[in-house]
Amino acid sequence: MVTGSNRLKTSLGAIELDNPVIPASGTFGYGREYKDLYDLNILGAMAFKGTTLEPRFGNPQPRIAECPGGMLNAVGLQNPGLEAVIHEELPQLAKYFHKPLLANISGFSIEEYITCARAMDQQPQVTILEVNISCPNVHGGGLAFGTDPAMAAAVTRAVKEAVSKPVYIKLSPNVTDIAEIAAACQEAGADGLALINTVLGMRIDPVRRIPLLANGTGGLSGPAIFPIALQRVYQTALRVNLPIIGIGGISSARDVIEMMMAGADAVEVGAANLVDPFACRKIIDDLPREMDALGIETLQEIKGAALCQEK
Amino acid sequence: MNEKSFTILNNRPIARSVFELTLLGDAGISAPGQFVDIRLPGFFLRRPVSVADWTEEQLVLIYKLVGDGTRALSLMEPGDHLDLLTPLGNGYDLSRMPEDPLLVGGGIGIPPLYGLAKTLLGQGKRPDVLLGFNDPQEYFYIGKFRALGLTVKVKTGGYVTEIMPAGRYVASCGPTAMLRAVRAMAADGQFSLEARMGCGFGACMGCSLETKTGSRRVCKDGPVFESEELLW
Repeated sequence: MVTGSNRLKTSLGAIELDNPVIPASGTFGYGREYKDLYDLNILGAMAFKGTTLEPRFGNPQPRIAECPGGMLNAVGLQNPGLEAVIHEELPQLAKYFHKPLLANISGFSIEEYITCARAMDQQPQVTILEVNISCPNVHGGGLAFGTDPAMAAAVTRAVKEAVSKPVYIKLSPNVTDIAEIAAACQEAGADGLALINTVLGMRIDPVRRIPLLANGTGGLSGPAIFPIALQRVYQTALRVNLPIIGIGGISSARDVIEMMMAGADAVEVGAANLVDPFACRKIIDDLPREMDALGIETLQEIKGAALCQEK
Repeated sequence: MNEKSFTILNNRPIARSVFELTLLGDAGISAPGQFVDIRLPGFFLRRPVSVADWTEEQLVLIYKLVGDGTRALSLMEPGDHLDLLTPLGNGYDLSRMPEDPLLVGGGIGIPPLYGLAKTLLGQGKRPDVLLGFNDPQEYFYIGKFRALGLTVKVKTGGYVTEIMPAGRYVASCGPTAMLRAVRAMAADGQFSLEARMGCGFGACMGCSLETKTGSRRVCKDGPVFESEELLW
């Protein structure tokens, strides 16, 4: 009988997590807005706001729109830039967060990815490099690297050669075959995958007859995309043999269980944090109860459970 | 900030498309101009609404019907419960205001100025009030401001600045075009901004604003900003 907190343990390769719940990049900042609400060290890990080489203000307003079951954002990778993140944000974060940390990085060229990855690799508090090749809200970067297997492989290979820490590639659902991109990343040496980023979408203001978001389009997140994310994780897990962080619309303990049965080793919780700042804590608290109800002793035993019949 | 459930005491129309919502409970408001973020059943994002008045027992919010979310809110009844994130944002800084600030509100920007007027009076300061409406069907709270013993001027249609004295220290809330016009005539002041928000508590960077001192979040660093900080 596995008791207490051991039931929730999981791992990303050699990295042990107390539980599979990780706040997703871009929905948790550097944890500062959440740290007074609950002890962030109950989390399995944390992925902080995406970092680019240069500071970015992001896209014009409005950047947020609502839709049934979710939201659209076109923030556009707003962040203070690599130097400020390393010298100002990370030292602050070190004061209140002591669990594994995913440094999410983006670039507009392979050189920028390398520079960010190398700098983050040297930060003792960073555990995993999460390489974002899937942001739909910036032009000429992010997603441009994530829609072509050869480009995805090139970024993966370049970053892997530059760093010593595990490299996870964050994939976009806005492609014909996500498993093909995933396979290319595996071939190029990725240590793991994180999927999915947001789903491209838009709303139109019918009065003004223009897109509601100033950027025109945005990324859809929230419960509306959970089935999409689940299918992409399932499809990817069938194809590649790498640790997977499942992301997309997760907002309950049951979603976590489904995602792990689809082949995820851990999960990131995104939009749910924005409407319920206690979402991650609630999910972690609810997991044992939900597992009891489903006759699950440990999360380890359900990883990829739904894949068995196909594999 | 905390998450808390409130019971609706009253939810009634007070003008065309404008509702006054009274909730039972202590929202922890510490300054006029702060807001709350309301979770509505069936809608993903919360709705940010400024606080018009508060005590340790009650919270008064005024909102305008602008879409499906506020329509659903308008159908909720006394006894129903609402989940709020509260208190949010930085309100007006009274310590920077003179003895007689001019409060200038336009339409649904008026509510936070009511709480501000009461707080100023509590500190022995005496604001003048200037309220702008599109038409008489939208009038609300004129009587409540006058009942505080204040001089209230009302501008209906056109621009509120047509009857605004120049060179005063202002505290203002309303449409962006109005704020610009008010600022152009004022000596100095504090301005409450509106934005489409994701979270309401500073995490998502959805409502970022470029200012003279860099990027600021309307929800967390505002919604009230000093005139000199804003890029007009």
